[in-house]
Amino acid sequence: MSQAKTALRLGRATREAYGDALLELGKHNRDIVAIDADLAKSTFSWTFGKHFPERFFNIGIQEANMVGMASGLASSGKIPFISSFAAFVMGKGFDQLRMGAAYPHLNVKVAGSHGGISIGEDGVSQQSVEDVALACALPGFVVCVPADEHAMHAAVLAAARHDGPVYLRLGRPKALIVHEPGVELEFGRAITMRDGDTLTLVANGLLVAQALLAADELAARGIDARVLDVHTVKPIDHDALERAAGETGALVVAEEHLHHGGLGSAVASSLASHTPAPIEFVDLGDRYAESGKPDDLLRKYELTAEAIVSAARRVLDRK
Amino acid sequence: MLSTRPPDIAELEAVARTLRAHVVRTIAAAGSGHPGGSLSAVEIVTALYFGGILRHDPARPRWPDRDRFILSKGHGVPVLYAALAERGYFPVSELASLRQVNSRLQGHPVQGVTPGIEASTGSLGQGLSIGIGHAIAGRLDGKDFHSYVMLGDGECQEGQVWEAAMTAGNYEIDTLTAILDSNRYQLDGAVEDINSLQPIVDKFTAFKWNVLEVDGHDLAAVLDALRAAREHRGRPTCIVAHTIKGKGVTFMENNNEFHGKAPTREQLEIALSQIVHH
Repeated sequence: MSQAKTALRLGRATREAYGDALLELGKHNRDIVAIDADLAKSTFSWTFGKHFPERFFNIGIQEANMVGMASGLASSGKIPFISSFAAFVMGKGFDQLRMGAAYPHLNVKVAGSHGGISIGEDGVSQQSVEDVALACALPGFVVCVPADEHAMHAAVLAAARHDGPVYLRLGRPKALIVHEPGVELEFGRAITMRDGDTLTLVANGLLVAQALLAADELAARGIDARVLDVHTVKPIDHDALERAAGETGALVVAEEHLHHGGLGSAVASSLASHTPAPIEFVDLGDRYAESGKPDDLLRKYELTAEAIVSAARRVLDRK
Repeated sequence: MLSTRPPDIAELEAVARTLRAHVVRTIAAAGSGHPGGSLSAVEIVTALYFGGILRHDPARPRWPDRDRFILSKGHGVPVLYAALAERGYFPVSELASLRQVNSRLQGHPVQGVTPGIEASTGSLGQGLSIGIGHAIAGRLDGKDFHSYVMLGDGECQEGQVWEAAMTAGNYEIDTLTAILDSNRYQLDGAVEDINSLQPIVDKFTAFKWNVLEVDGHDLAAVLDALRAAREHRGRPTCIVAHTIKGKGVTFMENNNEFHGKAPTREQLEIALSQIVHH
């Protein structure tokens, strides 16, 4: 199967798309409320806040209190979207999310911005590499890592429709556009970006674009890779993964996260019970990164198309 | 159920004795639980649920206009279960199932499981934030319900309490009342010895709260404070209720052994006779 070379255009950051989608939601639903913890201009919740000041609460640097307030708001019928950096809202708000969102299964929507190492120069304290694992650990949470502005827009609308807690990971840098405007995004259903039968590249977030570029590279060597955007880490799309394992026999999973508890873990545990297949992982391993330009960091920590191509060759050797 | 009749203090004292008896009986039957901090809160819970303070309807626990009561010091839940059962949220006979498998009466409060429980607590420090969320939702919807949050004094060592206190003060959330069950003990000993809260009145005042102090076992005084808190405008109110841990059972009073220990069968009999003859 021959496919056209992928031409990807740089779009907006997913955090910017988050703000726009929240604003759109707010116009149609008076129960949408937003809280931020002094990062409203970075998370773009301010896009909502400046239009709906009566429904927007910037409470300052209080992540735990923010989550608790969201719990009360949701209990009284509101749909609170709370935002901060992923490292802070998941790290400092974890127990509050456990007790006040997951356990009572409330409509608390968490937007963790600056996910991954691609935030760049600010360094490890601001780089969230554990957030997906933490969110996945909370029973009943939907955990979604959209790849680009269009997927983020759809994910925010889906989060508002979904009855229960949702974690959305937002990214800082402009993201390559991989989806069409108006893309349909259903939690728990992977999007097939490209068909192929030799192996499957599974990715989310920024790594979806890298997987598409890697697939081009592999195609040039006669290797026909399927590419899945598995935006929802929980619930994972068992069916799409089983088909991929059955039909292609080998997988690479790529994500901007630690090795443990992220997309790779979810894919491996999904397949292990039904359709075991060799998997190679492209992720951060078990380490923190450092300051640096985003592209320099992604190269140094091997979260690139080249790294996915290498992993593909390794996994094909094991097939 | 809207209580309109002014409460009779003698009747409320009888209710308080009933709740105390439930507390020691259910904890003894469960073989575990927290009698000390349940007994210190009896008069406050009695005033709220039986003294015409809370606007609520046991037949409609999710009624949007209800007042909210959040027991942030979740380990004191036996007294709340007792009050909810006596008010008809669930059968009094169900109290015997406290802490047993398949029971709706979990060891700490669980929202969505037990009718009348407004928040899942037991991890200390979170209730005040949740109360703010309810109050803001009420403000946005133009509703006049009031949110009450009971805090423990040891609990106020948690940073989140002060995050919430700062926000409620600055947002002038006057539909929120915190009630501090100040029984002066926490699990490991006296609050004063471990990490003092004092001066607690000054602290809440500095955070822009209206602060009232009351003898937390004087029903008439507790009722007055709760009414004043509800009427106060422009600031949230904190009622610092001075209480005695284990109140009503002589061998439990100020005896921190009974922070988290069930009475034996013999101790239960003594406790019940003291409560009934009080």
